[in-house]
Amino acid sequence: MLSRTADHLFWMARYMERAENTARMLDVNYQMSMLPQSADEAEQGWRALLGISELTSSFNEHYPTVDARNVMEFMVRDAGNPSSIVSCVTAARENARAVRGALTTEVWETQNQTWLEFSRLLAGSDFHRDPSTLFEWVKFRSHLSRGVTLGTMLQDEALHFLRMGTFLERADNTARLLDVKFQSLIGDYFGAAGNGQGPAQESQEVDFYHWSAVLRSVSGFEVYRKVYRNVIRPDKVAELLILRPDMPRSLAACMNGVVLNLDPVANAQSADTMRRAGRLRSDLQYGRIDEILATGLHAYLTQFLDRVGDLGVGISRDFLVPMAA
Amino acid sequence: MNKQFDEMHSAPDMVRAHYQRYARWLAEQPGDVMRSRREEAATIFRRVGITFAVYGAKDEDGAGTERLIPFDLIPRIIPAAEWRDMERGLAQRVTALNRFIHDVYHGQEILKAGIVPTEQVLRNSQFRPEMVGVDVPGNVYSHIAGIDIVRAADPASTDGSGTYYVLEDNLRVPSGVSYMLENRKMSMRLFPELFSQHRIEPVAHYPDLLLDTLRSLAPASANDPTVVVLTPGMHNSAYFEHAFLAQQMGVELVEGQDLVVRDGFVFMRTTQGPRRVDVIYRRVDDDFLDPKAFRPDSTLGCAGLLDVYRAGNVTLSNAIGTGVADDKSIYPYVPRMIEFYLGEKPILQNVPTYLGRDKADLQYVLDHLDELVVKEVHGAGGYGMLVGPAASKQEIEDFRAALLANPSNYVAQPTLALSTCPTYVDSGVAPRHIDLRPFVLSGKSVQMVPGGLTRVALKQGSLVVNSSQGGGTKDTWVLEA
Repeated sequence: MLSRTADHLFWMARYMERAENTARMLDVNYQMSMLPQSADEAEQGWRALLGISELTSSFNEHYPTVDARNVMEFMVRDAGNPSSIVSCVTAARENARAVRGALTTEVWETQNQTWLEFSRLLAGSDFHRDPSTLFEWVKFRSHLSRGVTLGTMLQDEALHFLRMGTFLERADNTARLLDVKFQSLIGDYFGAAGNGQGPAQESQEVDFYHWSAVLRSVSGFEVYRKVYRNVIRPDKVAELLILRPDMPRSLAACMNGVVLNLDPVANAQSADTMRRAGRLRSDLQYGRIDEILATGLHAYLTQFLDRVGDLGVGISRDFLVPMAA
Repeated sequence: MNKQFDEMHSAPDMVRAHYQRYARWLAEQPGDVMRSRREEAATIFRRVGITFAVYGAKDEDGAGTERLIPFDLIPRIIPAAEWRDMERGLAQRVTALNRFIHDVYHGQEILKAGIVPTEQVLRNSQFRPEMVGVDVPGNVYSHIAGIDIVRAADPASTDGSGTYYVLEDNLRVPSGVSYMLENRKMSMRLFPELFSQHRIEPVAHYPDLLLDTLRSLAPASANDPTVVVLTPGMHNSAYFEHAFLAQQMGVELVEGQDLVVRDGFVFMRTTQGPRRVDVIYRRVDDDFLDPKAFRPDSTLGCAGLLDVYRAGNVTLSNAIGTGVADDKSIYPYVPRMIEFYLGEKPILQNVPTYLGRDKADLQYVLDHLDELVVKEVHGAGGYGMLVGPAASKQEIEDFRAALLANPSNYVAQPTLALSTCPTYVDSGVAPRHIDLRPFVLSGKSVQMVPGGLTRVALKQGSLVVNSSQGGGTKDTWVLEA
């Protein structure tokens, strides 16, 4: 297929996935902001969210204070922010429109309809009154987009590039979510600065709400209970979201998805990209959570994000950007 | 020619035979049901993304420039017998035009015979010297032609029979066929019962005919030819159609940046390396096709394409240089071309045309500006034209100045009373002017689907049907009795 077409498909899937994960991340912050906490703590949560998305300075240019309303405004419907949900939904649709011939009618109409309805939703009511409903809606449109893709597209290259985009973006987003949530509550608790003694007993209650919100943000609360049948502990949360290959939003599952979709499209110049992807997957496959925590979770996730970034660059270079003539 | 011809009514209370069943059905439809169907149609078109971009236009947010082309619920019906005549006339006309283009770039017999003035052809900006002596597959140049036809009341008849006239030939990159297909889909979806009550000729096989035509034009060296559609990109006003046709034919939709010339062939850049392309259905104008041969600033084409084309290693559809035959200054000679090349009498009529370049004609035009339609020779899309009877004194004087400054840039025709067809407007059902664009495919043979795209001028009294100027479209039925 055309390199340009593959590029649009890849980015269409990435933007839709990013819209979903942004909604998830905002929702978990919003849910946590309803727990008893000081104004400082609340502000810290929103700050961390901007930080991990690398948007702090862009936010500060346009908004005077960091608070729930401003951050949500910025992350939901500020078209000037390329990572806002409205920007992602628009970009997904524009990418789809550029290659609508390569999509099934249902896939295209789903993307187009999401874009049309999202604009209408934002115009029709004040989403700040009930942001969770809007976030739910975004999530379900993303589910629909994935479902209609899997349910109607021919299982050829086009689908592989779409799926690759989904998994690569999700790997990136889950890693960021983990990073921000582990940092915001306990600093780099699992890192070099930590004393290794675990959270104090009295904070267990706070922990429960914190970690259950994190789990819910990746649809992992019921999964956690089912897998561990135990109280919610941060190290297990980390294990679930990093190493469990059967947890659909874990880093391991995402990398399996990337490799699975990369293999069938391999070409003459992609050997190094294949190697990097396979290696990243093996690290997750054979990794252990105590080792990861010993090196420091933040450091680990930072490195993971770099490697995922490199992989994206490699995929672009090998497949998506037209070769020079 | 000022009497009005209405497609549905021969007199205010008289419904023409081929519309009677439809009119009975329409009379039974409650107004609110039709209203909600209009809304449903708009919603579906928007969801499906059947939109066009308006050059330079912005919506209130300063963003989206995509608009819907209004779809009118009331179909334009053509009796099958009328269509058979029109079909023969179209095949005859397009065949002669293709013979003309071939002749112009080869022996120039028609110029030697003095039938078309030589300088009219050779000095025409659409004449491409690069094409002289180049052989194209089957000697066919305009593989996809859109011939605009209007009907006007027959001045001699009292029973209101009308005459079809060819208004213009579009031989370069005519658009609109996707609307013809989507309009039919829409009316079948909204009014399935009508399709069981009427015997309506289907049109949905157009993409199949198109693919068949394009494949038949492939260079002899390609045994399983790769066909692509070349689009200027998603910001082009007809992008929806380009994507639609590529998808319906199951071929790649490429942009100039996806193509590369290497070793005398054209390749597209794919995820698995370069792949040879044999037939390019290009929706990019000649000027932009090859920055090495034509406009050097073009980013829409592919450098070196012309050389590959001239060597016969890729087929362009339509061919380069077809514009020399659809120029409005060449149009008056088409009936004589038909007689010259085919030895036949033209089946379809031309509208009488005055040439700005002709002294006597020019004087007549200047004296009758308030009665005539004056058009730029190369204009398209309803821009740069004067509709005399509808223009203000000031507009007429402005146009007179433009005309005098460059007379040969203009032609003029009497204002035809374009036929009307009942149409939904805000105040209810009212007659509005329409035209018809059938699409004629020429490869090994000449093929077309019955009917074409009917465009309707939604403004009362307006004769301008172009979508960029507030026109809408209708489903077009060729109806077996």
